[in-house]
Amino acid sequence: MRAISFEHVCFSYGGEEGAFSLNDICLTVEEGEFVAVLGQNGSGKSTLARLCNGLLSPHSGRIVVMGTDASGSAADIFEIRKNVGVVFQNPDNQTVASIVEDDVAFGPENIGLPREEIGRRIDFALRAVGMEDYRRATPARLSGGQKQRIAIAGVLAVMPKILILDESTAMLDPRGRREVMDVIRRLNRENGMTVLLITHFMEEALLADRAFVMHRGEIVMRGTPREIFSRADELETYSLSLPAAGQISRKLQQKGFPVATCLQPEELAKEIERCASGQNI
Amino acid sequence: MRIRAEHLNYTYNPGTEFAVQALKDVSLTIEEGEFFGVVGHTGSGKSTFIQHLNGLILQPSAQKKYKPKKPKKGAPVPPPSLLHVGDFDLLDKKTDFRALRAKVGMVFQYPEHQLFAETVFDDVAFGLKNFAKEPLKGETVERAVKDALETVGLDYAAIKDRSPFDLSGGQKRRVAIAGVIVTRPEVLVLDEPAAGLDPLGKRELMSLLHRLHADWCKTVVFVSHDMDEVAQNCSRVAVFADGGVKYTLTPRELFSRFGDLEELGLELPAAAKVARLLHEKGIDIESDCTPDGFADAAAAYLSSLRKETPAQPRDGEGGQA
Repeated sequence: MRAISFEHVCFSYGGEEGAFSLNDICLTVEEGEFVAVLGQNGSGKSTLARLCNGLLSPHSGRIVVMGTDASGSAADIFEIRKNVGVVFQNPDNQTVASIVEDDVAFGPENIGLPREEIGRRIDFALRAVGMEDYRRATPARLSGGQKQRIAIAGVLAVMPKILILDESTAMLDPRGRREVMDVIRRLNRENGMTVLLITHFMEEALLADRAFVMHRGEIVMRGTPREIFSRADELETYSLSLPAAGQISRKLQQKGFPVATCLQPEELAKEIERCASGQNI
Repeated sequence: MRIRAEHLNYTYNPGTEFAVQALKDVSLTIEEGEFFGVVGHTGSGKSTFIQHLNGLILQPSAQKKYKPKKPKKGAPVPPPSLLHVGDFDLLDKKTDFRALRAKVGMVFQYPEHQLFAETVFDDVAFGLKNFAKEPLKGETVERAVKDALETVGLDYAAIKDRSPFDLSGGQKRRVAIAGVIVTRPEVLVLDEPAAGLDPLGKRELMSLLHRLHADWCKTVVFVSHDMDEVAQNCSRVAVFADGGVKYTLTPRELFSRFGDLEELGLELPAAAKVARLLHEKGIDIESDCTPDGFADAAAAYLSSLRKETPAQPRDGEGGQA
């Protein structure tokens, strides 16, 4: 089944001309896919996320999420929000309760689930993010990465089909970022969760099956992360840059060494070793 | 202004069951003119330390109610603490902390969350007026605010009357920084100034800091989790761990200690990761761990191998394919 489809979607906040608006967006995300969205600030990434769960509605075009039209009735929007969970940037803005399990229970309570089912959902969600030992903890006392995992658990408890992460790791330290990315990857691989990851970290985009690059409200590049990063010059015109390992391999290529464009340190080390062993110089 | 700390300790909630010793015997000197990086995992004490630098956190001896205690007889005497920023003695309660704060500008994490005024002009002018000893003339304020906004790369005429809350994220952060540099501090301390910005925003912010540093802000101290950023920008780095300073090194020296850094829960810059993997294979490429520096060092290494093969001229350049 198709998880998300945008057909010629246009949107504008009606404020400044051209700023923060989307222009003729067409895209599809299949169920179970992991898709990254890249682009500089103000390119329309977050607007895209908000359109996916009906927080905003398009001025023209059609958005269909898990078979439901996002411009439909209030009941349809409610259905879509059950299917689409969004985790935002700041973990502190997404906490509603002073105890972890109450916080995770908020979503399921909101959709009117029976008490026993809510208990099961809390167990499931906290286990999924590896925070089952923190059921009775106070969110305020947790680290950034732990708080963000609780925010993800709160979304999972509603059992959405699609998880949207809107720069959810931007405020975390490297350890917290890794924790959150591990959880997301596992949910995608093992639970078949559809993931739409909006990020500034090029390294995170590498984990995705496909990626989009947005610029001034339009999708300007699409392909696998590898395909996109192989077009480094084009990427730079959108103010994005390769992961550091990619920058190094490009520099070496410019100096005339036959290294492939590498995106991860492991690959680059192998390439340099291969060059050094003399077969390719 | 030189920053000098010796045997500095700090405990939150002392004497209660919530007591946490955040700084343990910290000794660190930051010379005037440095572009200094502070790294360390969450809870390592780095924020506690930098908040000392403009007296936001006061040592007990600097607090008004402080009365020196007579040391117990026979108790071990701890080494005397010291904390100087320029001529200010931060352990002395008679110090003029207000004057200190005008000279040591502090930019917190996500400074845009602290914007409060109705217009950009009022927000930036606030600090200036606040620190002034007597009311300032309108034109003096205007000149300083204009200068600060232009320094951070904003168009004064276009932005001064707008609400800071209507700006984009990157613009808000610039306005917040303008509100700190408007007093022309000699030392600028920033807690993760580039966090949450896109790659271009990060580059622009770092080049703004370098510009300030070259112009008039003599010393820049910044906390960062991004090791690539540290490698590319700092003259020296202090690594905090468990409340103490573990190392004070140049980035080049620091990132050659791969194993130690990972033990401390820190990421390595990508170049250092590659260097470590190659080291395991018996290939040593030493660089400053910036992408450019590492690429140059790797190129030099690879061409040195090429030179050894007799078919190539001995003085062959690395650039030949």
